[in-house]
Amino acid sequence: MSDARQDVRKTYKLLINGAFPRSESGRSYEVLSSSGEFLANVAQGSRKDLRDAVTAARAAQPKWWGATAYNRGQVIYRLAEMAESRRGELAEHVALAEGLKDGAAKSCVSRSIDRIVWYAGWADKITQVLGGANPVAGPFFNFSLPTPSGVVAVVAPQESSLEGFVDTVLAPIVVGNTVLVIPSETRPIPAVLLGEMSATSDFPAGLLNIITGYTGELTPTLATHEDIDGIDLEGVSNDVAIELSALAAGSIKRVLRPDEHRGDAASLRRLRAFVETSTVWHTVGQ
Amino acid sequence: MSTAPLRLVTPEDRGVIISDSNQLARIESEAQLSAILLALSGVDAVGAEARVAKLATRSIKKSTKLAALNLAISMVDLTTLEGADTFGRVTSLCIKAMHPDVNDDSVPPVAAVCVYPDLVAQARSVLGESSVKVAAVATAFPSGRASMKVKLLDVADAVDAGADEIDMVIDRGAFLSGRLGQVFDEIVAVKEACGSAHLKVILETGELVTYDNVRRASWLAMLGGADFIKTSTGKLPVAATTPVALVMLEAVRDFAESSGRLVGVKVAGGIRTAKDAIRYLVIVNETAGSTWLTPDLFRFGASSLLNDLLRQRLKQQRGAYVRSDEFSGD
Amino acid sequence: MTDKSLESSTLGSLQYDPAPESAAIARLRPNYGLFIDGAFTDPSTHEQFASLNPATEETLAMVSSANAADVDRAVRAARKAYDTVWSKTTGAERAKYLFRIARLILERSRELAVVETLDNGKPIRESRDIDIPLAAAHFFYYAGWADKLDHAGFGVSPQPIGVAGQIIPWNFPLLMAAWKLAPALAAGNTCVLKPAETTPLTALVLAEILQQAELPDGVVNILTGDGVAGAALVDHPGVDKIAFTGSTEVGRLIQQRTAASNKRLTLELGGKGANIVFDDAPIDEMIEGIIDGIFFNQGHVCCAGSRLLVQESVADEVLRRLVRRVEQLRVGDPMDKNTDVGAINSAAQLARIKELTDYGASEGATRYTSSCVLPDKGYWFAPTVFADVTQSHRIAREEIFGPVLSVLTFRTPEEAVAKANNTNYGLACGVWSEKGSRTLWVAQRLRAGVIWANTYNRFDPSSPFGGMRESGFGREGGRHGLEAYLNV
Repeated sequence: MSDARQDVRKTYKLLINGAFPRSESGRSYEVLSSSGEFLANVAQGSRKDLRDAVTAARAAQPKWWGATAYNRGQVIYRLAEMAESRRGELAEHVALAEGLKDGAAKSCVSRSIDRIVWYAGWADKITQVLGGANPVAGPFFNFSLPTPSGVVAVVAPQESSLEGFVDTVLAPIVVGNTVLVIPSETRPIPAVLLGEMSATSDFPAGLLNIITGYTGELTPTLATHEDIDGIDLEGVSNDVAIELSALAAGSIKRVLRPDEHRGDAASLRRLRAFVETSTVWHTVGQ
Repeated sequence: MSTAPLRLVTPEDRGVIISDSNQLARIESEAQLSAILLALSGVDAVGAEARVAKLATRSIKKSTKLAALNLAISMVDLTTLEGADTFGRVTSLCIKAMHPDVNDDSVPPVAAVCVYPDLVAQARSVLGESSVKVAAVATAFPSGRASMKVKLLDVADAVDAGADEIDMVIDRGAFLSGRLGQVFDEIVAVKEACGSAHLKVILETGELVTYDNVRRASWLAMLGGADFIKTSTGKLPVAATTPVALVMLEAVRDFAESSGRLVGVKVAGGIRTAKDAIRYLVIVNETAGSTWLTPDLFRFGASSLLNDLLRQRLKQQRGAYVRSDEFSGD
Repeated sequence: MTDKSLESSTLGSLQYDPAPESAAIARLRPNYGLFIDGAFTDPSTHEQFASLNPATEETLAMVSSANAADVDRAVRAARKAYDTVWSKTTGAERAKYLFRIARLILERSRELAVVETLDNGKPIRESRDIDIPLAAAHFFYYAGWADKLDHAGFGVSPQPIGVAGQIIPWNFPLLMAAWKLAPALAAGNTCVLKPAETTPLTALVLAEILQQAELPDGVVNILTGDGVAGAALVDHPGVDKIAFTGSTEVGRLIQQRTAASNKRLTLELGGKGANIVFDDAPIDEMIEGIIDGIFFNQGHVCCAGSRLLVQESVADEVLRRLVRRVEQLRVGDPMDKNTDVGAINSAAQLARIKELTDYGASEGATRYTSSCVLPDKGYWFAPTVFADVTQSHRIAREEIFGPVLSVLTFRTPEEAVAKANNTNYGLACGVWSEKGSRTLWVAQRLRAGVIWANTYNRFDPSSPFGGMRESGFGREGGRHGLEAYLNV
């Protein structure tokens, strides 16, 4: 008789409105490690799950933008605190997903957490960098301020299961948008873990919604859903991006397609992509 | 110019309102009324909210807390305004009103019970000669959407049945569309129909929305003869808030200085905890002043508040948190 | 059933029982050394002096007095830390230290608030709700700039200056330390901080926090002491930059002494802020704003609204309401959560306030003083308002730095601007009106580094603060606050 302890295995669910439901379709799909071992049955999200995520994101957006920039920065920083305390778990799953050695996986997690901290520090700076007063030729006080587009859909990168996920998801969040994201199709687990951490840090319900599933099946819904204001197509090929962009045109979405920019330049591009500049004029006189 | 240090008038001195003459003119026309109301100072929302936030940091402990709890209990208008109200319900309410804590005779009775007009007679008969007043909501409460004839009849019914106080609603539609004269005339007419009963005018501040509107509506009601101005019907999700109470207390203070007449303030709706109630008392204390710290000039329209006041009072005495079942549910 | 009759005494008034915060939360040591190179020195190796509680005149702790040799040691430690560690630390890593410090301040916020109130005399409500949270916020804000300096508007890859010598005043001890350290560290400099003589204690607790944050040794050094230590720091050739907040008098001396050197300099000095009230001001919020403008922190604020310029047509009504409101101010034990106005920081400051106020009365202004009862021990001054003041009165021109308001009148917006600007200072002003265009028109013409509209004494780490003319130069807060600490 064996005394070996059996572990309690996790069911990976969706994240919608701060709760963890299964897909309304009841479907799941197998996620394998980079070397082909079975890891888990992950929820296979549906159109309706996306629809629910959009509803949640829309409801949460005014409150998120209504919080002070300082508060937004603190909320994002707290995610870094959570991730740091669970870095072992993240490293384990990044290693499995991407076939990395232990040291490389740990470095990847460190970089990802540092990226979260980098974004946290942007929350109360972006206005000063993107906004400002404009010296119009007349007795008016004129100023421009960056405001968020609203609800942003993100198709996270397929290869970079954690670092790329963090970068694409936090950029719209920092500037005041709420987000629904489809993680990498074959490497979703690190993203799902980060989602769990967001729900136990101070992220309000609906700020970040995670729908795992088949990218090809889900992205057309994202592109055509009229209540989504912007879409980041990082995780699809160029051909697919072209198709989806054409679909998105129907509701004049802001579309961000990957280009040659890398590193900080790419992140800054993401920060600016889902910002609407609002300019106010006020007369000046006795 | 005097060079000696002068002592200021204290809040206690202020308790004596000096008015050599009624400085307010008679209202002759809607244009005149509008001019008066629009000339009132605006309210800066950020400043008003910051003021109440600061007042919320007052730490009220020990004997002050006990005094505040007793005071708050004596200021409650114990209310039941449901379609399902029955004689039985009203009877239990009145008994609790007279004797809130079954185990403690030293707990003061509440100020009044507040019911619909067709239950006034029942309340009156249960309360007998008690100091607890009978307040009735009238004038097609809560919406106020009925003809003047019907609204005045509603008031007359309640007064005839023995109501000591009438809580009327203003016509918010008329107010928001600028028909200030109409709102004014309705208040004057209802006041007359009240006879010797006191009139509380419900502004329904949740529908007025801005603090500027609350200030103007407060003055309008007082000019029309209100004995009390009241925040809300309690039937809307947005009811009494501390900044709204601040603005109304500033209004009654300033009105008293201009006219010599003291008008009370009633906050109603959404006040559930003793902590909330004490916050309001602090605002009264530091805005209109201690003159208003009496049931004659300040009321809480509430139902579940009473039990929390009793609970906190008992906790002060026992030094331990208390079970909710300690007190009667209705 | 009979009712109990209610005693009128329970109904008529609401007096507040004392609600004291506990001093035991402070955890003060009986004596402190200097904080140099990451460690506290042995107190017995320094001359010691007492830090008093101005509300009771009791000794809170003994602290060390730094001499020129101590200053030299600290500057060398800062230089070594700069050369060998801090200048090699990436912005992202510097950011993480600063984030840690911000969090630690919040974790120990109650303790810090109590220490600040005991040492400074300000009401616990203010230390708790304003000083400490803002100090943490400053570290949090500047942490975010540490790895984004390319975007601060000073060109690509701006570099730090080196070693910063920072001298701070006694009115907001911890907050001023945060205002100095956070941007300096974010930009990559190392620091030697000299807290004020009468308020060293929160800086010493901050030193403990820096140890808990594991900030590398020597990156921040904290030297308690008097003017001798300050002068030695200003004169030290190993210091690349001096930042000073304090009186214009001392600022002048420092500017003279650094003139011959290459040291960079920023100064944040005194002020005689004008609060301008137009006839259409939101009346109740305006009264609160005037009160807050001059009685917040006992008036020990460089940007205090110490002059009220009120439109003549509403002057009587405003004065009447003001005087009524002053009488409501609760003056007394700073540790009582219900206290509005605390103690004057020192006997010296109290003497100065009395001298100027007596002079004001003799100049012919009409004096109103609160009838509040002042405690027997400690340094106290009753809130005072002078009416009928003109621009030629001393009390309209000189900074009193106490709970004393001077009230003057004006007729037109132009006159208001002229009177507000009729001073050698230029730190802060307030404008009260519901008419936006006029507020903006006035704001554009006021010579002041900070202008508050329909509010007063609002501070935020993202909002630049600083003066014009004899109120100093340089800005603290915001993107602008980085400039002082970058070699650009």
